[in-house]
Amino acid sequence: MLEALHFEFMRNALLAGLLASVACGVIGTFVVVNRIVFLSGGIAHAAYGGIGLAFFFGLPFVVGTLGFALLVAMVMAVVTLKAKHRTDTIIGVLWAVGMALGVILLDLTPGYNVDLMSFLFGSILAVTTSDLWLMLVLNILILLTVGYFYNDFLALSYDEDFAKVRGIRVNFLYFLLLAMVALSVVMIIRVVGLILVIALLTIPPYMAEKHSASLRTMMFLSFLLSCFFTMTGLWISYFFNLTSGATIIMVAGVCFFISLFFELLRSRKPFSSEK
Amino acid sequence: MRDAIIEIRDLWFSFNSIPVLKEVKLTVHRGDFIALLGPNGGGKTTLLKLILGLLKPDRGSIKVFNEPAGKSTHRIGYMPQHLHVNQDFPISVHDVVLMGKLRPGRGWSRYSPKDKGAAQKAMEQMEIWEFRHRHVGELSGGQQQRVFIARALVDEPEVLFLDEPTSSVDTKHQTHLFDILGELNRTVTIIVVSHDVGIVSTHVKSVACVNQQVFYHDDSEITHEMLEMAYQCCPVDLVAHGMPHRVLQKHEDSD
Repeated sequence: MLEALHFEFMRNALLAGLLASVACGVIGTFVVVNRIVFLSGGIAHAAYGGIGLAFFFGLPFVVGTLGFALLVAMVMAVVTLKAKHRTDTIIGVLWAVGMALGVILLDLTPGYNVDLMSFLFGSILAVTTSDLWLMLVLNILILLTVGYFYNDFLALSYDEDFAKVRGIRVNFLYFLLLAMVALSVVMIIRVVGLILVIALLTIPPYMAEKHSASLRTMMFLSFLLSCFFTMTGLWISYFFNLTSGATIIMVAGVCFFISLFFELLRSRKPFSSEK
Repeated sequence: MRDAIIEIRDLWFSFNSIPVLKEVKLTVHRGDFIALLGPNGGGKTTLLKLILGLLKPDRGSIKVFNEPAGKSTHRIGYMPQHLHVNQDFPISVHDVVLMGKLRPGRGWSRYSPKDKGAAQKAMEQMEIWEFRHRHVGELSGGQQQRVFIARALVDEPEVLFLDEPTSSVDTKHQTHLFDILGELNRTVTIIVVSHDVGIVSTHVKSVACVNQQVFYHDDSEITHEMLEMAYQCCPVDLVAHGMPHRVLQKHEDSD
């Protein structure tokens, strides 16, 4: 089993999974408790427009995707703050237009045919050392920001009005949160691909939420679950020669349904929350 | 004259160009215990949010401690409506109450032992100390209500705003809750929002009926006219499920 570690691509893949799990644990927790899964999906899909821009204008991949994803996230933040009742519609529009923009720009880019599959399902086995450094830096940024504003983010997520009355800059924090979502999304797209970003952002935190006494514990548990899913998925994909991104998510999905099944047995009320 | 801590003049507010509040005038003095009563959709919570600075008026002025609304955050305690919080949210009673000590720009610094002491005091006052390690979502509606009041009290506010504090509490606990509030009122000015006339207990000192306009009454008697104005319906229905021992003022002009 350990002979797989002799390959650099396998070592890099495992490290990439580990680094992506940090972001998934921390940011996924906020995505789940703030119920912005759809919004995160919107950012993730619209990011494809960024890939198109990067190739069309010959920009570095990271600059294009990250810049565009951040732009889309900020537009969504403005819409949420100004016209809450229209948020889901605007997300839908940006979602579709972003992807269409990406496809058209790639059509127009001469001589280059980007591999849409690798964008959809990721290319964790092709992660380079510089990718790893970039992910490490982004993770440190996210951890520092969340550490610095932990109590403020906690209040924002739990009770926005109360946070406002206490004088917390709620709007600024909301922009910051969506910016971090965009950062993480771009980072995780490299690992498991666009379609599966949402699964890694939601499945571990959802499973962790029930067993957590605080947001901090929820983040840590999500991180552990995420690590477990990516590591297990990678080994399985290596031994059975399957697409790694899809395998990682299948592992997560199977665990999710098993936990749901036990939940059902125990309480007979899955998703029981509203009293 | 006691000092006025909240002064509202000629306040107008509309939502999607539908008027919610019209020419509102209201003054709250230190030591008051005011109940804002009115039907659902009458603008009570909106008025509260305007005073707190969560909403901006179309016209008119709101002064809280002689400052524009939303400025004197550290002197205000706020208990929002209970229904809007996420019951699954992983947070303990203790951490919710500590949230009341939140200040902007704390950065790396965490809650101090002094903050934790204040939280303990507030939890003991609201009789929830024994639940401090429990998940808030596991508590009953009434217990959660007390957690949110403790959170509002922990920073020792001068004025306390409570939005529907009795919405998920039975009559017995309502009375108990108002006894506690009456006790607090010795040092804290209290403003309670409710759609239930039954909350007007002996502790409430004055009543303001909110239904687009605000009608202020300088005592806690509920008159027939007030109910007519505020609810446009039969007051007996409203009072019957409230507090049975409440004595209403006599309807002199009714036959």
